[in-house]
Amino acid sequence: MNKIIHPLLISLLSATFLASCGDSTKQETIKVGLIVELTGDMPAVGASSKNAAELAVNEVNSTGGITLNGKAYPVELVIEDNASKADQSVAAANKLISQDNVVAIVGPNASLGAIPAAEIAEYNKTLLITPWSTNPKTTLDTTTGKPKSYVFRACYTDPFEGRVLARFALEKLAAKKVAILYDVASEAPKSQADLFRVTFEELGGKTVAFETYTAGDRDFSAQLTKIKNANPDIIFLPAYYNDVGLIAQQARRAGINQPLLGSDAWSSPELIKLSGGTVEGDYFANHYATDIATPTAKKFIETYNKQYGNTPDDVAALTYDSMGLLFEALKKSPTLERQAIRDTLATISNYNGVTGDIKFTGGSGDPVKSAVIMQIKGDKFVWVMNAAP
Amino acid sequence: MSEGIIYWLQQALNALQLGSIYALIALGYTMVYGILTMINFAHGDVFMIGAFFCFLLSSTLNLTFVPTLLLTMIGTAILGVLIERLAYKPLRQAPRVSAIITALGVGMFLENFTLALAPYPKHIPMLLENVTWNFYGITLSSIQLVIISLSLGLMLLLDYIVQRTTIGMAMRAISWDKTFVPLMGIPVDFIISITFAIGAGLAGAAGTMYALAYPVIDPYMGIMVGWKAFICAVVGGIGNIRGAMAGAFILGTVEIMVVAFFPSTFRDFVAFTLLMVLIMVRPYGILGKPRIQKV
Repeated sequence: MNKIIHPLLISLLSATFLASCGDSTKQETIKVGLIVELTGDMPAVGASSKNAAELAVNEVNSTGGITLNGKAYPVELVIEDNASKADQSVAAANKLISQDNVVAIVGPNASLGAIPAAEIAEYNKTLLITPWSTNPKTTLDTTTGKPKSYVFRACYTDPFEGRVLARFALEKLAAKKVAILYDVASEAPKSQADLFRVTFEELGGKTVAFETYTAGDRDFSAQLTKIKNANPDIIFLPAYYNDVGLIAQQARRAGINQPLLGSDAWSSPELIKLSGGTVEGDYFANHYATDIATPTAKKFIETYNKQYGNTPDDVAALTYDSMGLLFEALKKSPTLERQAIRDTLATISNYNGVTGDIKFTGGSGDPVKSAVIMQIKGDKFVWVMNAAP
Repeated sequence: MSEGIIYWLQQALNALQLGSIYALIALGYTMVYGILTMINFAHGDVFMIGAFFCFLLSSTLNLTFVPTLLLTMIGTAILGVLIERLAYKPLRQAPRVSAIITALGVGMFLENFTLALAPYPKHIPMLLENVTWNFYGITLSSIQLVIISLSLGLMLLLDYIVQRTTIGMAMRAISWDKTFVPLMGIPVDFIISITFAIGAGLAGAAGTMYALAYPVIDPYMGIMVGWKAFICAVVGGIGNIRGAMAGAFILGTVEIMVVAFFPSTFRDFVAFTLLMVLIMVRPYGILGKPRIQKV
């Protein structure tokens, strides 16, 4: 039995090996990896991200691709699904780096996957740009406390968002008492909740309830009863849009009518469908607003709308900017070495993106940019104010 | 009434709602175990399919609550019988573990089949007008009232069927002895099908009510709820119908009260520790009896 299997296996293995060798020798394209959440808890995020990335690649290829030393290379996108999970993000990053030989990676979007994937990229000295991960740990080397060298992001960070929202709640909504409900098992909501609480209390507000749940929970009745009993002025809900749909409806049914305040994780058109009208008039922070769009943004929104039939959400805009930043670095880079591309990106000082002007300073992967506050009106997100750093 | 009492009564009401749903699912596990000594791990996913039936009927056919509930129950009952006939019956003489592995496989099939058709979470439209009543500060919503009363009604009906009808008597007989009962002229295959139909039908009812209470559904929703309901069945004494109901209300109460007393992070940890202690004290569950091995 074994004698028959072995030669068979060997010939099979060598066949696949030869096939993969054949691929890499005729490499005329620049391979860019994309890790997105196509399945799992937030498929809408993954779909937007994939659409925007494909749009960016098509645009750059239609103008002849990236020209380097007088030779034009078309860009090839290698897409991996991470199922919105940490372990699959690691596997996807490893595969893209060692098997597909990409020059750089864009994604994952959610911090849950972006943090572990960033570790892999840093270890392998490969550039990774996350469009949407706002957690400080994504770009930070936790052992040394210094910024990671190879990890960048196109969005602002959680400490910034927590501060902006706490200030907005106190100063604009005149809230004195806040109740916070967040998912302890997800990185971004957890750090947003912590940093909101710190800032809110520093500015003289009071946290009357600090409640948690775990990803996958459906029943929030116990937490909501506690919150109702604490009688807050406002409820801070840094949760993903599908959880918001469940929590908001249960809250309203339990007789909690206080306004809800959300994070950038709210900004999916799915939120309106999933919440059944229960978040009407509520506010959240976001990366960009389609109704105060700059010329760069207008052009993107128009093309995206024509191609996919809907308005791009913030994940789409940030993915588009991440790809744009990468192309900018590729165009200016002296060679196609991973190190050279990273070094070029770190010096980009004024990139005019869809989500505003982006610049990187002091070797940090966190860009300098601003946030917007949005309000939900009917089936639309309406711009309220800009919050600059 | 004082604020404190109102708060605790409100939490008790929450526990009753959660326990009712666990109970309807736990019954399916316990009935199948009672009759086949097999753990039907696909049961949580039948519950999920129930919620998706509810979504299809209510949002695409625009049916109201009662027809949605009835059609969902019929649909999942048929699914339950099909699963038993196609996947479990051919393995009835095979080792028990083969049937359990098959059940896991059926569960994964149902999840991925649904995932292929509906990758996005779905929102269930309001099937019942949302009315909230206020009794001395205690809030009761129409959905809570329907869930609790309907579940209790279905449980009483099931108890009646099992304890007082001929089919129920046949079920109890088969669970008692599988060698001689068929010789008495009891159609074993038919009774097993009925058991699966009832169990799956109850899971369908649970799926509908769950979708009403927690109106965002996805293909993986059945996994965790299924495990918890299975634990309820074990705590109550697997194979014992009244035990499954008791176990479900205990788990519902523990889960809600842990969150009410401690930071909500402790919920699963404290709940499952308590249940483990309970199992250590009573290894056969609250109402379970040690099975006598006949030689």
